[in-house]
Amino acid sequence: MSRTHVTCVLNGDEIDFLCNDYQTLLSALRDELGMIGTKEGCGTGDCGACSVILDGQLVCSCLVFAPEVEGRRVETIEGLAEVDHLHPLQDSFLEGAAFQCGVCTPGFLMAAKALLDRNPSPTETEVRYGVAGNLCRCTGYDKIVRSILDAAARMSDPERQKEAT
Amino acid sequence: MTTTRTGYKWVGTRPVRHDGLDKVTGRARFGADYATAGMLHGVVLRSPHVHARILSIDLTEAAAMPGVKAIITGADLPDIPDETGTGSEGGINFRDLSRNILARDKVLYEGHPVAAVAAVTLRAAQRAAEAIEVDYEILPAVLSLEEAMEDDAPVLHDDLFTLGLDSPPDRPSNISRRRVIARGDLDAGWEEADVVVEREYTTKAVHQGYIEPHAVVAETGEDGRSTLWCSSQGHFAMRTYTTKVLGWEPGDMKVIPAEIGGGFGGKTTIYLEPLAALLSRRAGRAVKMVMTRSEVFRATGPTSGSVMRIKMGARRDGKLVAATAWMAYEAGAFPGSPIGPGVMTVLACYDIPNVLIEGYDVVLNKPKVAAYRAPGAPMAAFAAESVVDELAEELGIDPIELRLRNAVTEGVRAVYGPKYRKIGFVETLEEARDHPHYSAPLGPWQGRGVASGYWFNFGGETTATVSINEDGTAVVMSGCPDIGGTRAALAQMAAEELGIDVHRIEPVVADTHSIGYNDMTGGSRVAFAVGIAVVDASRQLIDDMCARAALIWDVPREEVEWVDGRAQSVTGAAAPLTLEELASGSGATGGPLSATVTVNPRGAGAGFSTQICDVEVDPDTGLVTVLRYTVVQDAGRAIHPDYVEGQMQGGAVQGIGWALNEEYIFDRNGVMENPGFLDYRMPVASDLPMIDTVIVEVPNPDHPYGVRGVGETGIIPPMAAVANAVYAATGKRMQDLPMSPVRVLEALSGD
Amino acid sequence: MARVFFPTALQQLTGDLEECEIEASTVRELFVRLEDRFPGIREQLASAAVAIDGDVVPGALLERLEPDSEVHFLPAISGG
Repeated sequence: MSRTHVTCVLNGDEIDFLCNDYQTLLSALRDELGMIGTKEGCGTGDCGACSVILDGQLVCSCLVFAPEVEGRRVETIEGLAEVDHLHPLQDSFLEGAAFQCGVCTPGFLMAAKALLDRNPSPTETEVRYGVAGNLCRCTGYDKIVRSILDAAARMSDPERQKEAT
Repeated sequence: MTTTRTGYKWVGTRPVRHDGLDKVTGRARFGADYATAGMLHGVVLRSPHVHARILSIDLTEAAAMPGVKAIITGADLPDIPDETGTGSEGGINFRDLSRNILARDKVLYEGHPVAAVAAVTLRAAQRAAEAIEVDYEILPAVLSLEEAMEDDAPVLHDDLFTLGLDSPPDRPSNISRRRVIARGDLDAGWEEADVVVEREYTTKAVHQGYIEPHAVVAETGEDGRSTLWCSSQGHFAMRTYTTKVLGWEPGDMKVIPAEIGGGFGGKTTIYLEPLAALLSRRAGRAVKMVMTRSEVFRATGPTSGSVMRIKMGARRDGKLVAATAWMAYEAGAFPGSPIGPGVMTVLACYDIPNVLIEGYDVVLNKPKVAAYRAPGAPMAAFAAESVVDELAEELGIDPIELRLRNAVTEGVRAVYGPKYRKIGFVETLEEARDHPHYSAPLGPWQGRGVASGYWFNFGGETTATVSINEDGTAVVMSGCPDIGGTRAALAQMAAEELGIDVHRIEPVVADTHSIGYNDMTGGSRVAFAVGIAVVDASRQLIDDMCARAALIWDVPREEVEWVDGRAQSVTGAAAPLTLEELASGSGATGGPLSATVTVNPRGAGAGFSTQICDVEVDPDTGLVTVLRYTVVQDAGRAIHPDYVEGQMQGGAVQGIGWALNEEYIFDRNGVMENPGFLDYRMPVASDLPMIDTVIVEVPNPDHPYGVRGVGETGIIPPMAAVANAVYAATGKRMQDLPMSPVRVLEALSGD
Repeated sequence: MARVFFPTALQQLTGDLEECEIEASTVRELFVRLEDRFPGIREQLASAAVAIDGDVVPGALLERLEPDSEVHFLPAISGG
């Protein structure tokens, strides 16, 4: 079977890969590119563990065919931190104990980033709906929601942002 | 709310966890994240029928398909005898375990594995599995406890004779065991009671719902030695079980623990591991197997559905004087529901003189249940704590006050026999009563409920090693997978002992070839049992280092003490020696600094939790919304309060899901209709408020820092707390879970 | 003398005796003494977990008993 050649911008770098037409973006990331940070929890778009940002839009990568990302921008958990410092969401998740097992964490971080990208100072309710597509079975969401609110506060406060870097 | 304490530098603080960075950057490797070059992909062919005899399996076409490297069926596993080992509720029966992993003569539920295939691609394996021809003779199925317990019910196992009956049965049935707890004089008890409440309750099977599906990579060499990478709650047990089922030697298998993406008891047993190992042996290549979510639902977990009848009597002054409980738990296709802890915990919060509890373990054509957080206790508490709430109302006594008047305390004999040692149940009740939540005003269609719960907790076999590196940093090694922050907690205890910064300690979860045996991460045991071993090993090291300092200074050992991470002369005769100095020069004082301790500790402190729930009920839709929730729980001592709170919050929310939404739904033929997260509705962030926590600390005298297990107790009270709140809001007692909008609406329209 | 409590299911073998006191310094010795007194009980006890002073002790045979120890036989539990 012939494979499809796909070119896209992944975490800021132009890359290309080969995949089968039936392969999902999730599978291409994990199995073709070895980027295992994006997780599969259900394969049906119900748990959000595979959340990535595609052209600025939060998507479940298990519901996107890999060839669909031709020419588009894909952001994954592997691109969230800078070389020498973490994204404020990552700092907040660490300091706020926003995960226990951690398997849903990459998806939550991407969903939270997509939320804060379009709404830099969300209310608690907006945070809860912003990550309502992501399942966490360990935490009961309390510390996740608090950490996202904390990250939003950090990001809007230049003093704290400086402190973080 | 948090508790602060003095006297400790690291215990009770909230450092960033050591494995945190890997988990926020996507670098942490979970079960499905392992791959080896040239590995094959394995899939399982599962039964479409709930109960059928396997007449024949024809592999001819499948085996000839391109890329197919190995196919196995039940006939490829040794037919192991009916033998019970330890490690699970009621002991694990290896014959049943084997037959659950791969059916032999009969399939007993939809999704029961019948064959496994390994091929060069996942697609090739899936196509080959579809090409396997299985000839079934369909048998009548039993799908409910009522049906399964009837005298003329179709029987799943011809050799299953009920244990624990007054006279041994003369024919097989679906009831594997009856358990009875009795004490006192019931007639006298009922005589004394002024108020009696008797009700029947039902709960449905619910799944642990871990986000990471089961996954394994197995590589078995030409010499028969194998390596498994898998996520589980205990890789030593995975090795024991897997080699037992395969008839292999445990020493020939190395299991490397992956990070585990949630377990909650559901990853204390094996499903894919022997299949992958054997396929790899047959194919001569590594084999990777990952379950789909649908497979996870249809063929792993869940915990039991149940039917319970509870009757309790109290005097006018609120003293509980008599109680009976009749309980039947679904075991699924093979015996082994958590009915044992069910009967032991159902009335364990209260000191009741006259009691009869009767429990039944019942097999039926559903997936075999697995442990789920405080196995057997949550459904029992739903029933008992609902009755207590009704009694409180009948007696006109505040529900927390009624519980206080009957609460078990140190020295009281538990209903199942032993005396309680130091416990903090009363303290959780008092904290709940005094919490502002308990007296906050409520609006229309809003109500408040309370409930309590008890769990034993467990110690278990444990090995831990503490080693000092030449730069004075330390490695703390254990063999218990870290599911919720135990690496940090263990490092904190070592830091407290050694007197060094917690982040100069690297906590490691070692594989089966790198450390001595460890029981699973289960029974809320790690901070307790592994904590004891880590503290002991640290103290041995300190003693050793003091002796070496004495050697260097040429003074008696008694003149050296360990203060703030340094060996110090009590006479001030020499400048202190730091950990780094002692470690870098250890070659001259007897060799590397390392200590290993093995323990099997008694004294796991019992856990109690009391929870307060406010709900609002929408009278038009029946939707129940949790408005406010407070978990009060005795942790003994919270080593890392963030992760103690996390256990309490996570347990409570699993319980809220169990109360309101979650259930296995089967069609008329016993096929699960909702094997996905869309229709098996677990709580999401927008369903919930913040979950407030109050950590009560009544130290456990049998742990150096007072730790009690905290992982499980939190899931026990929620269903009753929610049901009691729904009653307070609507005047309707909900006796069947889940309290879905349809059910609540039905109850409301009963007016 | 260790104080031994019999679960309801075993009381058929003990002639409805709910508890008794037995001189034994280890669980193994206790089992031997119990079998002498209540023939057949040892087989029944094989699948039970032994709780000594409230602690379930896995593989308890060699465990020491204090003169005032309480021994219970419970269903096995390990938790989730």
